[in-house]
Amino acid sequence: MSLYLIGMRGAGKTTAVRLLAGVLTPTSGSARVFGLDPSTDGVAVRRRVGVSTETPAVDDRLSGRAGLTAFADLYGVPVARVRERVDALLSSFDLAEAADRKVGTYSRGMRQRLALARALLHDPELLFLDEPTAGLDPVAARAVADRIRGLRSEGRGVVLCTHDLAQAQALCDRVVVLEHGRVVAAGAPAALAADLGAGVRVRLVASAPEGVDVAAQLRELDGWSAVAGEPPAAAGAAVGVPGDDGACVVAGVARDAEAVAEAVATVVHAGVRLYAVERELPDLEDVYFARHGKPRQPAAGERSGASGGVVAAKEGRR
Amino acid sequence: MNLRALRAIVRKDLSVVLQSKAVLLPIIIVPAVMLLVLPILASFAPQFVNIPGASDLGELLERMPEAFTQRFAGLSEEQTIVTLMLVYLFAPMYLIVPLMVASVIAADAFAGEKERRTLEALLFTPTSDRELLLGKLLSGFVPAMAVAWGGFLVYAVVANAAAWPVMGRVFFPTGMWWVLALWVAPAVAAVGLGATVLVSARVNTFQEAYQIGGVVVLPIVVLLLGQATGILVFSAALVALLGAVFWAAAAALLVFGARRFSRSEILSRS
Repeated sequence: MSLYLIGMRGAGKTTAVRLLAGVLTPTSGSARVFGLDPSTDGVAVRRRVGVSTETPAVDDRLSGRAGLTAFADLYGVPVARVRERVDALLSSFDLAEAADRKVGTYSRGMRQRLALARALLHDPELLFLDEPTAGLDPVAARAVADRIRGLRSEGRGVVLCTHDLAQAQALCDRVVVLEHGRVVAAGAPAALAADLGAGVRVRLVASAPEGVDVAAQLRELDGWSAVAGEPPAAAGAAVGVPGDDGACVVAGVARDAEAVAEAVATVVHAGVRLYAVERELPDLEDVYFARHGKPRQPAAGERSGASGGVVAAKEGRR
Repeated sequence: MNLRALRAIVRKDLSVVLQSKAVLLPIIIVPAVMLLVLPILASFAPQFVNIPGASDLGELLERMPEAFTQRFAGLSEEQTIVTLMLVYLFAPMYLIVPLMVASVIAADAFAGEKERRTLEALLFTPTSDRELLLGKLLSGFVPAMAVAWGGFLVYAVVANAAAWPVMGRVFFPTGMWWVLALWVAPAVAAVGLGATVLVSARVNTFQEAYQIGGVVVLPIVVLLLGQATGILVFSAALVALLGAVFWAAAAALLVFGARRFSRSEILSRS
């Protein structure tokens, strides 16, 4: 099972991990991990959990192998198994060739993988991974995400903190949305989206005759909101008809399927040629913004670029 | 107590320390100057007894209490100068070695780890706060005593060898120096550790911790001045008493520091 803690920076994700691992004492409230209270049984909890912090926290002055060996002793890996375990993890995380190099010479992706390997030294039942792909280039981020999928498939529990909603959508079974230290939503992504009641996002790819504004027609219809159109050049490419001056891509949120049907009938009646009517299901990003009281304003072909680090390239996922 | 974890912390910290010039240089240079270069120079002091300033030693001896000057009875002027310098005047300086080594390594082990942002990984290991603190203290204490006692041995050999033409016998170490090395030096190292633990809890860089923690050298400077001016005359008994005072100070600092040392406190302040 994998659980995602999502939220903007400062929402309390890292603090939640620290509290659950028993390295931070709560000022109020309580927590249970494996039935243990982390604030009083921190050592017992940490024997069973592995934590990868937001910054890899690996020592530049040690080699990858020396660092892992030191932590194997700290995690209580049986002495006879330390070398074997360290070698296996270095190999598993593609660090075997660099094992005896100083960590200071490692790339950020390698350091992140080393931190993940360290969190797995004692074969923990539960992993806390705090922003494991933060700051990584796309290739390195994908490699780490693949590792996380692998950990899930091993049957290990994974709690992942991220402000990358696209990553959360792709990897998680359950999400908890945090804001200012409080849980504002929790559940499976699909269930959260279904609970959203935000209507149906629809994208129309069309070609309109001169003098007909598809977006304006949708706005006038009952049951439509947040209607916007793409720039003409982009719309032309989407329609795929060179020189079609009427090409347009319009997106909006329809209240329900009836509203969609009415819109289709209206624009067709006005002489609009419809090439596609695409329904887009709400995703974690919609859930996130809705929970924050700021429903995302959809724009056709948008790349959502909200402030605060919530940046998810949504094209291609829909 | 998880002894394996303690060993792992000490081994890791020392491996890291040995890679840092900022830590390694003072650990090598200061003991080398104090315990190797100075005793050699001091052994040749009688040859410069007539140069301006050198005769101050004779005047210093005249200001000393009679009980002290009696220790030099039967010694020639040259032997008196060598004994005065190598046995008495350098004694407080020797204490700087364990103090400095303990402080610089502890500053790196506590504040340095915070600065490098590697401490957090250690906090998430299944060690208790007490084990973590003890491991870090040992990381400073073990090398401090290794350097202090190794330096004591070197000093003894160098002092006897260099001063042989003047003394004509093995005159060092004296009983006072045995007390100094075995009783006071560990206490002084512990004081350095205690002060650095306290300071490191409040600062986030190695330099800050090292510089602020450096004020603990002041008691040693006071001892040095007291000895040089004749206000304080080292003897085995006085040195033993000084050791007790340093141990008491170290205990107070370490207990106070240990109370403030918790994962939660460290993370809250970082």
